Amino acid sequence: MYVSLNWLKQYVDIDNITPEELAERITRSGIEVESIERVAPESTNVVVGYVESCEQHPNADKLNLCQINVGTETYQIICGAPNITQGQKIAAALPGARLPGGVKIKKAKLRGVESHGMVCSLQELGIDEKFVPKEFAEGIFVFPEDTEIGTPVAELLNLDDVILELGLTPNRADAMSMLGVAYEVAAILNKEVKQPEETYQTSDNKATDLVSVKVEDAELNPYYGAFVIEDVTIAPSPLWMRNYLMAAGIRPINNVVDITNYVLLVYGQPLHAFDYDKVATKEIVVRSAKEGEKIQTLDDQERTLKGDEIVITNGNEPIALAGVMGGANSEVSDDTKNVLLEAAFFDARAIRRSSKHHNLRSEASARYEKGIDPNRVQRAGAYAARLLAAYAGGKVAQGVVAFDELNREEKQVKIDTASVNNRLGTTISDEEIASILTKLQFGFEQDNSQFTVSVPTRRGDISLFEDMLEEIARIYGYDNIPYTLPEGEAFAGKLTTKQHLKRQLKQYLQGAGLMETITYSLTSKVRTEMLVSPDVLEQEVFPVKLKMPMSEEHSHLRLSIIPELVDTLSYNVARNQENLGYFEFGRVFLSKEEQITEQPTETARLAGALTGTWMEQPWQQEKKSVDFYVAKGIVEGIFAQLDLEPVFQQAQVDGYHPGRTATVSLHGKVVGVVGQLHPTVQKAFDLKETYVFDLDIAYLMDQYEEVPSFRTIPRHPSVTRDIALVVDEAAHAGDIQRTIQEAGGALVQQVQIFDVYQGEHMEAGKKSIAYTVLYQDPTRTLTDEEVEASYNNIIENVKAKHDAELRS
Amino acid sequence: MREKLEALQAEAIEKVQQADNLQSLQDVRVAYLGKKGPITEVLRGMGKLSPEERPVIGELANKVREAIATALDNKKNLLEEAALNEQLQKEAIDVTLPGRPVKAGGPHLLTSIIEEVEDLFLGMGFEIKEGPEVETDYFNFEALNLPQDHPARDMQDSFYVTDHLLLRTQTSPVQARTMREYDGNKAIKMICPGIVYRRDTDDATHSHQFTQIEGLLVDKNVRMSDLKGVLLEFSRKLFGADREIRLRPSFFPFTEPSVEVDVTCKVCDGKGCNVCKHTGWIEILGAGMVHSNVLRMSGYDPEEYSGFAFGMGVERIAMLKYGVDDIRHFYTNDVRFLSQYHKA
Ligand SMILES: [Zn+2]
Repeated sequence: MYVSLNWLKQYVDIDNITPEELAERITRSGIEVESIERVAPESTNVVVGYVESCEQHPNADKLNLCQINVGTETYQIICGAPNITQGQKIAAALPGARLPGGVKIKKAKLRGVESHGMVCSLQELGIDEKFVPKEFAEGIFVFPEDTEIGTPVAELLNLDDVILELGLTPNRADAMSMLGVAYEVAAILNKEVKQPEETYQTSDNKATDLVSVKVEDAELNPYYGAFVIEDVTIAPSPLWMRNYLMAAGIRPINNVVDITNYVLLVYGQPLHAFDYDKVATKEIVVRSAKEGEKIQTLDDQERTLKGDEIVITNGNEPIALAGVMGGANSEVSDDTKNVLLEAAFFDARAIRRSSKHHNLRSEASARYEKGIDPNRVQRAGAYAARLLAAYAGGKVAQGVVAFDELNREEKQVKIDTASVNNRLGTTISDEEIASILTKLQFGFEQDNSQFTVSVPTRRGDISLFEDMLEEIARIYGYDNIPYTLPEGEAFAGKLTTKQHLKRQLKQYLQGAGLMETITYSLTSKVRTEMLVSPDVLEQEVFPVKLKMPMSEEHSHLRLSIIPELVDTLSYNVARNQENLGYFEFGRVFLSKEEQITEQPTETARLAGALTGTWMEQPWQQEKKSVDFYVAKGIVEGIFAQLDLEPVFQQAQVDGYHPGRTATVSLHGKVVGVVGQLHPTVQKAFDLKETYVFDLDIAYLMDQYEEVPSFRTIPRHPSVTRDIALVVDEAAHAGDIQRTIQEAGGALVQQVQIFDVYQGEHMEAGKKSIAYTVLYQDPTRTLTDEEVEASYNNIIENVKAKHDAELRS
Repeated sequence: MREKLEALQAEAIEKVQQADNLQSLQDVRVAYLGKKGPITEVLRGMGKLSPEERPVIGELANKVREAIATALDNKKNLLEEAALNEQLQKEAIDVTLPGRPVKAGGPHLLTSIIEEVEDLFLGMGFEIKEGPEVETDYFNFEALNLPQDHPARDMQDSFYVTDHLLLRTQTSPVQARTMREYDGNKAIKMICPGIVYRRDTDDATHSHQFTQIEGLLVDKNVRMSDLKGVLLEFSRKLFGADREIRLRPSFFPFTEPSVEVDVTCKVCDGKGCNVCKHTGWIEILGAGMVHSNVLRMSGYDPEEYSGFAFGMGVERIAMLKYGVDDIRHFYTNDVRFLSQYHKA
C-alpha cells in the first residue's frame, strides 16, 4: 500500500512530524514502512505556461518553435513533442530549472535558434511512466484549461508529495485504505480522524424505478447496493484526483473509473461502475456462476467459469466477475451517459477462490479476500455518488436499490488489566489501558480493571483476548516491556546420545581431512536412479515426487546423497580444485509407495566422496592419490567411533567399479557401500578416479551402545605370533583374517595384516599375506601351550578353508 | 705400602684423564680395578701387615679404589656426552624445508552456526528436537493456526507432494509435534533446527531450500518479558555482549502478539551504515507469544499455560555474522568458500 502524505493530511493532522519520524513511529507500533519516497523533490522553477504560438522550426521538421507565456514574461522555447499546439497550458521548465536526474535547464541554441527552457512531459518531471495517462504517454502533459498561468507545477502535480510504502501483514487489511491508515496514525499521534463529506444532491428520479436487485445467496453476498447516476459526462478526472491515484500506483483513466478507484483507496471499499445502458435488462441478479459459463473481463481475457465464483448478471448473462473484475460487455466508455454504481459486500473466501482460480488479482479482490468493513459499504457508495455529481456532472437518482442482510455489529472482547500484565510481564495501569483504547478509537465499557471492548468493524482481525493484547502491547510500546527470565525450573539442557554421536562423527571426519557439505534434498528424476546404496535398493523404495516442481532439476527428493556429492566434486574440479574430500550427514527420503499417500521414511545417511591427491610432500617425492583403502579406512574409522566392527565384501553395485567396490555390513546386514565410481560415471561428471562411501548411519547409531563403565586396561602381557601364508592371488585377505580370528579362539584379541606380496620369488598366480595375531587374557598370563594350540588350530583351518600354505 | 697406594691413585687418575674413548677408559678400569689389578694385589698382600696397620691400609686401599672409580665414572659420563653430541650433530636436518601437510577438513558454515546456537540454548536448559521434512498439511499449517483458505498461506508458497503432504515450509511443525508429545501437562523448552523448503527461485537472497532454527517455551506464567530476556541473552552471546535488541510488531499466525526482533548493527555499532540500511538495526528473527488456538489444538489449556516461540533463518544469521553476500554459496559447496571458515 502506497500512502501519499499530502492525501493522508486530509484525514489526520500530521503537520508537526517529519515523514521520516512518522515512518519510524508507524513501523515501531504496527505496520512496517518499507520505503519513504519523495515524488520529485528536484523539480524547481517549472511553472504552468500558455502556448501563445507554435510554429515549425525553420531548420528542423520535427521541432516546434513556441512562444510560451508564463504570466510575467514570454519565453521562446523549442519543443519536439508531437502533441504540442497553440492554446495549451503546459509545464515549462525555465532557465535555471532543475529536473529529476540532475538535469539543469539552460539557454541553448537548437539548429541556429535560441531556446529559453523546456516543455516537460510527466516522465521528465519524475512521474513513473506506468502511471502516466495514456494520452500523455508519448508527449508533453497538458493541464486543464482553467489552470492558472505561472503556478508552480510541483504544487499542481503533487510533486512535493512524500509516499510511504507500507508492508502489510495479512491481518492488517484495515490499512489498505487511507482512512484505515489515518486511524492507525491517529492512534499513534493521539489525534482525531476527519471523515469525508458523504452527502449529495439527488434528482427527481427514483433508483427503484431504474433498476432492480436480486441476490440468490445471502451468505456469499450479504449486501448489494445499486446507485444510479444519470447524465454523466466522461472526461478526465480533476488533476488532484489523478495525482493521488498516481501516487497510490493506479493509472488514471477517466472521471467515472477514477472516482471508483479513488473511493476504493479512501475507504478500502471496492466499487464498480457499469454503463447503465449496457445493462439492458435494468436488472441485477447476483448468483453463483454456472460451470462452463463464459465472461470477457475488462482485461480483454475470455474466462471460462468454474462454478464456485460469484457473478453479477443482468438476469441472463454475467456482466462482472464479482469482487474481482468487471465484464467488457458493461464497461464504462467515452460515450457512457448513465452509470449504475455497485457498492457490495462479498464473502472473502469466495472472492479468494475466484481470484486464485483465474489467477486474477485486482485492487478490489485484494481487499475483498482479506475482509472489508461492513459499515463502510454504503458510505463509500454515497461518497462516490457525491463525487460523480461533482466531477462527472451526474444526476444521482434518489435512494439505493439494495439487498441487505449484512451483519454490521461490533464484536465484544473482554480484557482485564491483570491478565494483560501477566501475559506481557508489565505493570500497565487501568488508566493506561483506557487511554490506549481511546487512542485506538475503540469503544469500551470499564468496570475498574475489567474492560468490555467494542471492536470497530474496520478491525475485522480482532476477536480474541490476545488480539486485544497485541493492540495494547504495540501502542504501549514493546520497548516498555521489561527484560525478565522465565521463572520455571532452571537446568542445563543436554544433547541426546544420538545428537552427541552425530557431532562426534562429524568431528572425526573433519579430523580425517574431509570437508562437510550441505547439498539440496530436491534433485532430478535421473539422479534418484543412480548411485543408490545396495541397502536402500534392497528395500524396494520409490523416490518422493513433487506435485508441481519448479524445474526438472529439483523435482524429486533424493534416495542417495552420493550423486549430489559427486556433482559437488565435479563443480569444484571444474574450478581447478583437484584434491577434494567431502562428507555429508543428511537425510534421504524413502517411500514404499510409487504413488505416495503417506509420509516417506526419512533416514540419516553418512556419505563421502574423495578424489585427487590424498597426501603430498613434493620435496620428499611423496605423493599418494586417493584409493580404495583411503575411503575404506575412513569407513572403518566411522565404525570405530561407534564401537562397531564392519565386514567388507566384494560386490557388484550399479555405478561402481566392479573390482573396487565393497558392501559394508554389520551383523550380517548390509548397511552401505564403499568403492570407486565406475569410470563411465566418472567421465559423465568429468572426474578422475573418485572414491565414495555411503552408510545407513541412522541404523548404525541405533546399534551403538553407550559404554557403561571403564574398561580395565590389561595388566598381563600379550603374546604375538606372525603367520605368513601363500594363497591364490584371488583369495580375499579379509576372509582369511576372519578364519584366523574364529579358529584362534577367545584368546585372540586382534589379527592384523602386516604385509601383502605378489611378484618375484612367488609362484605365478599366488600371493603371500602376513598376519600378526595378538593373544591376551586380561586376567592372567598366557602359557606357551595354549598359544601353541591356538596357533596350530589356525594353521589347520587356513590350510583347509583357503588352500593356504605356510610361507617358508 | 701407603706410598705405593698413593702412587697408584695418582697414576690411575692420570691414565683416566688421558683416555679419549670409552674403550681405553674401560682398559684403565680393568687395569686398575680389575681382579688382577694392583689394588687387588695390595689388598691380597695385607696378610703380611701387622694387626695395627691392617685396618689403616685397608681403609686407604678402599679410598683409593673409590677415588679411581669416581674418576672413571666422571670421565665415562663426559665421553658419553661427547659421543652423543657427535651423534646428534650427524642427525641434524634442514628445518627450513616445508613440513608435511596435514589434510584439514572442517564443518559447513551452517553447521557451525547451528551448533553455536544449539549450545547457547542448551546452556539455557532447552532440548533439541527434530521432525520430518515431508510434513502433513495439518502439522505444517492447521495445527499452527493456519486453516485452509487463510490469507497468510500466501506468505509461503509451498512444494506439495500430495494434497495433504508437503515439504515443510518452516520448522514450526516440530513445535506442534512436541506439544502433542508432552501431553498438554508438561513444561516445554525446545529448539528445532532443520531444513525447510519454499517455492522460491534461487538467487542471491532466495533459496528453495534453507535452514531454520525455531524455539518454543511453554510453561505456567510465561510472559512476553521472558521472551525479551531470553532473546537479549541469546543475541548478546551470538553477536556480542554490547548488543541491544528491539521488537517491532509483526504477524505470524501461530503467535500473538507477534514481533520481529532487531539487533544493533555490529558493523556501525548502531550508528547507521549500508549493511543496516542506515537504521542501526538488523532484523535477526521473528517471535511471539504462542497463540491460544495453537496451545488448545496441541492439548494445552491456554488458561493455565502460556508460551513463546521464536524462529530464525540460519543462512541469514551466517550472512550477517560473516558477511556472506549470496545465499547460494551455502549450497554450491565451493571448497574455496567452505575452507574460508575453517582454521586449516
Ligand atoms: Zn550498520
